[in-house]
Amino acid sequence: MYNPQLDADGNLKHLLTIEGLPKRILNQILDTAETFVGVAERDIKKVPLLRGKTVCNIFFENSTRTRTTFEIAAKRLSADVLNLNVGTSSQSKGETILDTVDNLIAMHADMFVVRHSQSGAAHFIAQHVPDNISVINAGDGRHAHPTQGLLDVFTIRRYKPDMHNLRVALVGDVLHSRVARSEIHALTTLGVPEVRVIAPKTLLPTGIEKMGVQVFHDLRAGLKDVDVIMMLRLQNERMSGAMLPSAQEYFKTFGLTQEKLKLAKPDAIVMHPGPMNRGVEIDSSVADGSQSVILPQVTYGIAVRMAVMAILGGGNA
Amino acid sequence: MQLPNPETLLSDISAKILAQLAKPELAENSALIGIHSGGVWLMQRILSQLKSPIPYGTLDAALYRDDYSQRGLKAEMQPSNIAFNVQDKHIILIDDIFYTGRTTRAAMNELFDYGRPASITLAVLINRGGAQLPISPQIVGAEILLKPNESLQLSQDTKGILHLSLEIEDSKASHV
Repeated sequence: MYNPQLDADGNLKHLLTIEGLPKRILNQILDTAETFVGVAERDIKKVPLLRGKTVCNIFFENSTRTRTTFEIAAKRLSADVLNLNVGTSSQSKGETILDTVDNLIAMHADMFVVRHSQSGAAHFIAQHVPDNISVINAGDGRHAHPTQGLLDVFTIRRYKPDMHNLRVALVGDVLHSRVARSEIHALTTLGVPEVRVIAPKTLLPTGIEKMGVQVFHDLRAGLKDVDVIMMLRLQNERMSGAMLPSAQEYFKTFGLTQEKLKLAKPDAIVMHPGPMNRGVEIDSSVADGSQSVILPQVTYGIAVRMAVMAILGGGNA
Repeated sequence: MQLPNPETLLSDISAKILAQLAKPELAENSALIGIHSGGVWLMQRILSQLKSPIPYGTLDAALYRDDYSQRGLKAEMQPSNIAFNVQDKHIILIDDIFYTGRTTRAAMNELFDYGRPASITLAVLINRGGAQLPISPQIVGAEILLKPNESLQLSQDTKGILHLSLEIEDSKASHV
């Protein structure tokens, strides 16, 4: 099957979605990220790999955190970084996506990190760019957010190395979450035997069972004996119509509290991709509690993004 | 070609490293660093012979190599792990085969991102000739001149015994 993410030799060329990535590539990214965790702990948190290369963050949709982590990752690889918030610049003057991209190619950019509200935007750009340029999808609509999925899996692997013996629960707004889809693909590819999704019916896409997950509509039942709890953000800004009664009501039934956390295994870890809605999907005492690995996720996110850029940026000559 | 026994060469460089560490000006402030993978095996064997422990670490200079733009990252990278303070230490850098000097160059660059060592000594099991940089090992088990299409591989079996093998790339095949 043709996979635009891989080159003729089966090496990673673009990172657009976790879907269809072989286990070999996922493990290559995660293993490489281990090396970069160490780099961040040194006095000089920089390696010379991408010296002289230019990484362009093209954000057609705002996301400060994602942009910042990509920027810091590129800078720690010694790349020059160009940040474009296209939403506030040329596009509002009527320039097309490809015109924007062509201009950056003319400025000799080497790598594009693309965020767009439309699904498929990063694929579209990847098909357009010349051979020596790589594209990383930093979130496209409801479709995919592969580096977030990878960093979550990396975090899980660091705390729970035996992936073949895990029960992972994703809780909340699966319908609007591009992270959830990336996540489920990565976990099943890496051999996690049991992935659960826990959400009200209105926040689950139809046919989610076909992705190989178990569906729960009751948080208490779903959390029983899990090793990893992945809270998803309630995507207020993507929601239209009356999918939910109210934030308070949601917290009562699907918010993670200390009391509900006790239903999971005693050493279970709690994750959240951020930004958090405290008191909506997660209680502050859990978010800041001893089982929370929410801040390590941010730290590992930089290592994983460095790994992806390092793998994409080499061997082009 | 008759290859030397790597266990004999290891005893030889161990003795030289131990002698180096015994020098009064180095004894207090030295550390060993092995370059993945062969250099780490050698380092571990040398450490086991030391009477008093000294700081040690491991390096994989992949992130500092000069062939990254041509060849990309190698698939199996090992994290570098240097938990001690490199500043002002006398470092003995250990590798298995010395060839072009480019790995040593990359390793030294990485080392300097951890701090400024007082000195670096390079110890290798075999110098196979062919340096392309003004770098050469100070402690050498054996010198064996090889042709460019030949390469030496150090391996370690399940019992921890070291083995050397010579690989010859078919020069005709490489033109295809």
